[in-house]
Amino acid sequence: MLENLDLSLIDWSRAQFALTAIYHWLFVPLTLGLSFILAFMETIYVRTGDEIWKKITRFWMTLFGINFAIGVATGIILEFEFGTNWSNYSWFVGDIFGAPLAIEGILAFFLESTFVAVMFFGWNKVSKKFHLASTWLVAIGANLSALWILVANAWMENPVGMHFNPDTARNEMNSFWSVLFNPVAINKFTHTVTSGFLLASIFVIGISAWYLIRRREEKMAAKSIMVAGIFGLVSSVLVAITGDSSARIISKVEPVKFASMEALYNGKNNAGLTVIGIVKESDEKIGEKKVHDVDMRIQIPGLLSVMTTGKGNGYVPGIKDLVNGNPSKGILSVAEMMERGKYARKILADYKMSKEVGDDETAARLAAKFSDKDFVDNYFRYFGYSFFSAPWQAIPSVPVLFYSFRIMVGLGFFFILLCALAVWFWKRDTLKKNRWFLWLALFSIPLAYIASESGWIVCEMGRQPWIIQNLMPVNVAVSNITSSSVQVTFFLFAALFTGLLTAEVSIMIRQIKNGPKH
Amino acid sequence: MTALISHSFLQGYWWLIISLLGGILLFLMFVQGGQSFIFSLAKSELQRTMVVNALGRKWEFTFTTLVTFGGAFFASFPLFYSVSFGGAYWLWMAILFSFILQAVSFEYRSKPSNVYGTKVFDVFLFINGCLGPFLIGVAVGTFFTGSDFSLDLYNRVTWGTNWHGIEALANPANLALGLAVLFLARILGLLYIGSAIDDDQLLQRSHKAIIVNTFPFLVFFLSFVALLLTSKGFGADKTTGTISQIKYFYLHSLITNPLTLILFLSGVVLVLTGIYLSIFRRSAKAIWYAGTGTVIVGLALFFLAGYGRSAFYPSFTNLQSSLTLSKASSSRFTLQTMMYVSFIIPFVLAYIWVAWKAINKKKITGEEMAEGEHTY
Repeated sequence: MLENLDLSLIDWSRAQFALTAIYHWLFVPLTLGLSFILAFMETIYVRTGDEIWKKITRFWMTLFGINFAIGVATGIILEFEFGTNWSNYSWFVGDIFGAPLAIEGILAFFLESTFVAVMFFGWNKVSKKFHLASTWLVAIGANLSALWILVANAWMENPVGMHFNPDTARNEMNSFWSVLFNPVAINKFTHTVTSGFLLASIFVIGISAWYLIRRREEKMAAKSIMVAGIFGLVSSVLVAITGDSSARIISKVEPVKFASMEALYNGKNNAGLTVIGIVKESDEKIGEKKVHDVDMRIQIPGLLSVMTTGKGNGYVPGIKDLVNGNPSKGILSVAEMMERGKYARKILADYKMSKEVGDDETAARLAAKFSDKDFVDNYFRYFGYSFFSAPWQAIPSVPVLFYSFRIMVGLGFFFILLCALAVWFWKRDTLKKNRWFLWLALFSIPLAYIASESGWIVCEMGRQPWIIQNLMPVNVAVSNITSSSVQVTFFLFAALFTGLLTAEVSIMIRQIKNGPKH
Repeated sequence: MTALISHSFLQGYWWLIISLLGGILLFLMFVQGGQSFIFSLAKSELQRTMVVNALGRKWEFTFTTLVTFGGAFFASFPLFYSVSFGGAYWLWMAILFSFILQAVSFEYRSKPSNVYGTKVFDVFLFINGCLGPFLIGVAVGTFFTGSDFSLDLYNRVTWGTNWHGIEALANPANLALGLAVLFLARILGLLYIGSAIDDDQLLQRSHKAIIVNTFPFLVFFLSFVALLLTSKGFGADKTTGTISQIKYFYLHSLITNPLTLILFLSGVVLVLTGIYLSIFRRSAKAIWYAGTGTVIVGLALFFLAGYGRSAFYPSFTNLQSSLTLSKASSSRFTLQTMMYVSFIIPFVLAYIWVAWKAINKKKITGEEMAEGEHTY
């Protein structure tokens, strides 16, 4: 069956999932961060009793509501696309991946959706404290939702806490805590939610800057910049710290992704971190994949080695080492991993066949292998490589990763400066005098979205060709449907999401132009 | 204690949670049922605003329940998730499209500069209001009538037709259940509007509409029940697990499982009591009778589909590919871990109740709409 799957089905399925994820991620970070900003503002209102804080809270809450609805709409599609478009994946790992999704629904979604109704409609229906508690619970619920889906996503990059069951032909969870406290999950959660806080802060600072440019709602704008500036500054520093530790973990669990982010083909000691450069195709190839050179490279010597190994002269493997192998550094070649994976797959096929024909003795002997540490550590862990036809297929798109990573990191550092300036000018009460800053803040809003999307592109494109690192490539995970069906739904989703995004942006701009009502 | 909890107990426990979520989802589709009246019930723009706002304050509960229903299925019976979603692609996609339309329409319909105008978003609400309950009813119908799929040794699914789920619409029992769910959702929507809005004209019209919708509901529901009880069901042999088609299987299951039978009958009685109270007593509490009845009937239908020897997602072309609770379920470890998480559900239901009461303690009035308090 797998041999009959056509490439266009895989490509269209990937395109559809990417489309949904990119659209979904346009709305989620704002929800994550703005929910906390609302909670801070309303807390100030309840503590001080100053009506202007109520007005400020309600204005940003209106924008929150517009954004929240479309985030929910795109979110449901993502959840169900795991089944509709990646049905083999759903079975192969549903035992592990499904659990965080269910917990997300029970623990987080209901919290968020129940109290969002009180937050929107309860101003004159419940007490001040009940309303404030509801706003906080929405923020907590939204961020808890992010925790569980990111735990699931992290597991795809670093599958832990499970064993393979040959009877059911799937992976099964044997340690919930290993899945939850997967080091990739902890980093991914903190990095992702703080990036959402940062994006929301820049959104609030940018729109408030527009009011100051237009000399409107000046009190509201300055107070909003104060809250968002402080929140954004703290978040931006946390984003940088968690980003650094994320990179270190990626270098261990997804070394090909890491080397591709740096366009590092030849491993070296004392490797430098490329700050900027231009990626160009060279004449050299690894299999059918072109090797890329980096022109006009500006590097910080030794920093990559320090970041990944903690030592200036530490060895960082390159793409060629990881694909062709480097015995002196204990790195297996992909060809060798393919052989080992094929052996593991053959054991599984033999086991299934012996069960079919009723050869219980052989079946029991083969089943025992899946509990044997040597077999699991040295053969089954490469199961996914058995589906490759050539080693070069293990390499993701180097230019996409190289540029996305630099856009994300570069803008991340710029945002630290932007938030620091916002706090500085607010503290000195010179926001209005520094009109260049106000314009810069306004035009930084789209930059925040670009940085945020770039981060996900690094994460998801960098994991290619895997859907689950080392265990399952995307071409095996896809549903057995016609590519034309997926093409049709792709274009339907593209039209629908674009249409709704247009409405969202248009409504948002109008609400901002109208200003606060109350 | 944990050693005493068997895998089959946990499968049954999680089917109970799925059934509960399914029953609650059927009830909460009163929001969709109400949306299907967006062009017919109100005679003025203010009344339409009141109807939309009454429903719009609850849409997220339905949406969240649907998402959690899907998530719980994924986690506890992942083979169903893989087979049904990956196979009946178009049926599920149609359901999803209708729900995307709903999610934004309440928030955007009356906002200035919404690009497409209020009418378009109201049409979206109408589409979701009709298609959502109908298609979900059809999808649940396939739990009894079966689908055309087969599984290989590695549990990978191949769907038998290129219609990928649309073929379910050709089965009379699926259609009858889909239409019964639609008309039930419409009745519940009217009952809810009656309980949440303070407007005599609207109330009178909704009472008339309840009478009109009760007839088709009863016709389609009774047709489904008749078809179900007289049809061949999909049952597993107790010892070998071999699936076969058995005449009067569901009738026999109902008779031999008194709990399911009692639930089913009491649920139907409660739904009818709710309708009666509304029509003849003009009671605002009618929604709670009919709603509770709907949850209980939903529970009974899911029990009938999954418990006992029944294959809950049958394949009529390759009987041995049919999904039973034991075949489709997650591992014992996963089900047990999630069972601990599920203990929080009563707490979740409690805070939903508190928030629901807080928002609904005053009925919606024209004056409140005019105040513009986050009005849709």
